[in-house]
Amino acid sequence: MSDLPTRILVADDNATDRLLLSSIVKKEGYEVISAVDGADALCKFDECVPDVVLLDAMMPKLDGFEVAKIIRKRTVGSFVPIVFLTSLTEADELARCLDAGGDDFLSKPYNKIILKAKLNALDRMRALHTEVADQRDQISRHHAYLLAEQEAAKAVFDNVAHSGQLHAPYIKQLISPLAVFNGDVVLAAHDPGGDLYVLLGDFTGHGLTAAIGAMPLADTFYGMTAKGFSAQDILREANRKLHAVLPAGYFCCATLLRLNFRKGCVEYWNGGLPAGVLLRTRDGSTAELTSTHLALGILDDRRFDAATQVFEINEGDKLLLCTDGVVEARNPEGEDFGYDTLRRIAELAPHDRVFEAVRDAVYGHLGSRASDDDLTLVEVSVLDPAQFESRPVAAHDDSPGGPKDWSLTYELGARSLAVFNPLPLLQHILMEAPHLRPCAGEIYTVLSELYSNALEHGVMGLDSSLKNSADGFSRYYEARAAALENLQGFVRFEMQSAGDENGGTLTVRVKDSGAGFDYPKDIEQWRNPRSGARAYHGRGLVLLGELCESVRYRDPGNEVEVVFRWEVHQ
Amino acid sequence: MAISSELAEDGARLTISVSGRFDFSAHKEFRDSYEGTEDTREYTVDLSEASYLDSSALGMLLLLRDHAGGDNGSVEIVNCSPDVRKILTISNFDQLFTIH
Repeated sequence: MSDLPTRILVADDNATDRLLLSSIVKKEGYEVISAVDGADALCKFDECVPDVVLLDAMMPKLDGFEVAKIIRKRTVGSFVPIVFLTSLTEADELARCLDAGGDDFLSKPYNKIILKAKLNALDRMRALHTEVADQRDQISRHHAYLLAEQEAAKAVFDNVAHSGQLHAPYIKQLISPLAVFNGDVVLAAHDPGGDLYVLLGDFTGHGLTAAIGAMPLADTFYGMTAKGFSAQDILREANRKLHAVLPAGYFCCATLLRLNFRKGCVEYWNGGLPAGVLLRTRDGSTAELTSTHLALGILDDRRFDAATQVFEINEGDKLLLCTDGVVEARNPEGEDFGYDTLRRIAELAPHDRVFEAVRDAVYGHLGSRASDDDLTLVEVSVLDPAQFESRPVAAHDDSPGGPKDWSLTYELGARSLAVFNPLPLLQHILMEAPHLRPCAGEIYTVLSELYSNALEHGVMGLDSSLKNSADGFSRYYEARAAALENLQGFVRFEMQSAGDENGGTLTVRVKDSGAGFDYPKDIEQWRNPRSGARAYHGRGLVLLGELCESVRYRDPGNEVEVVFRWEVHQ
Repeated sequence: MAISSELAEDGARLTISVSGRFDFSAHKEFRDSYEGTEDTREYTVDLSEASYLDSSALGMLLLLRDHAGGDNGSVEIVNCSPDVRKILTISNFDQLFTIH
């Protein structure tokens, strides 16, 4: 409160009463302003802005009740106590003073002691009111500031958390925020070979924790996907970063999908989210992508398990992922939507309306209720690989530097093969040659085909014909995981490149420690999709044949040399 | 939501009982229930009266696990309703806790 004496307006048409009251009040140290009737009181009120008004109830022109009502209207939000001066004694009349907006009344003739005590009490009330009003203003300023901050942070978060290839036609998504921030993160990107990676994450809590955690998660996901790291590498790194930045007790439930449309498989990892649903067009069957891991950010790197599982997928299949907000969506009766309902609706819906059917059912279930949690639903459609040409556009290079003629030999022993994926490293070296950059996607595909053939069919001796049946498909990946545990042998890369701004060749020789295989002698067989080669040796060899100028196996089939040629059209 | 705790006579085991919705509103009370029990290494969380648990409750359980000594401590979660058990299963918390 200010140190100035409180300013008091005394309004009374009776000159004697007015003078008497004024002199008592003045003696108490207050500044006094006098008014001779109701109209004068309003005038003086506007002019002098008093802190307290002492008002005679009965006055000519405007009586005290009217004046009190007008003053109240003019002082909304601030507190100016009004005390009625009255010789009335009827209880009804006294009550009327307070009803008209008075805070108290003072009976004539005046009693000095009571007057003094009342003025002191009003001062205390005013002090309290000012304090509360100040705090209210402070809170509302603070709140406005926080809202503005959150709006800005939300814009940053949305750019980071719901970005990438999300608007591609084969991805449908529903993301509804609970608060300003949504704890849910949906990320999608292609690796250099064209595989589609999708990550759905649900951070504990909302708001800032989620926003802060989303940054390293998105960085890791986009950075590593673009460089061709495996799903397991990405998960391990994401877990490591979140474990480091999130406070104890906070984590991120997540599902990561890696879809290889060409090979017809989806690799997935689910830590703590409701099971995803794979809906197969071919026979109407479904499979669940169940949670077998703890959420990201809980375990330290040593104990983290990045093991993924693989399902076969075919053109037209749908993958449906959601956060627990969907499963736990409550109707007005308090019943959860439930996972079984979700699955049943997904199974019964027309195949091209799965996403819409589930979304509408969840909203229908919620009725007018706002959701208790974040609602996030994502659907990915499996495309015909031939239509799927969304390779990342590699940056065209305009710097003339970089190696023009070079070679390297890189051999991985058994202990490395079990835990290390050499593709990002090799791709990185190749991309140092500026003229190769526009071909990043093709080159990565060639390398990854060569490497997976050498590792899986060569070193591990797995039979790819296993993959021709749905049952064999999962057996194949189980056998692959088991073989990694107890690996013997090596894979050796030899690369050689020569070229200039007009084009050149990249020769890659890959040799493995395996027994070799009965490779087709005629490359035309690989290029012809109707030949037996496709069935036997998978789509990988066909693709190599399409991308490379030549593909040559050497006896007994554990060594292959491919020549990749590129031309730059100016 | 209400939380009560009971220390065994020898002080070796603390049993924390949660009733109602186990969510963020229980945060402080849940932490208060075990703080100051540094000598205790064995904890039991009794969820027989808990109707629901959300992800912040999972976070609170992780904090209790840390308090109990992480990998060297022992935290048991007992008497879960089927709904609560389902949430713990999806989260794979049986990798970190003994759940009965």
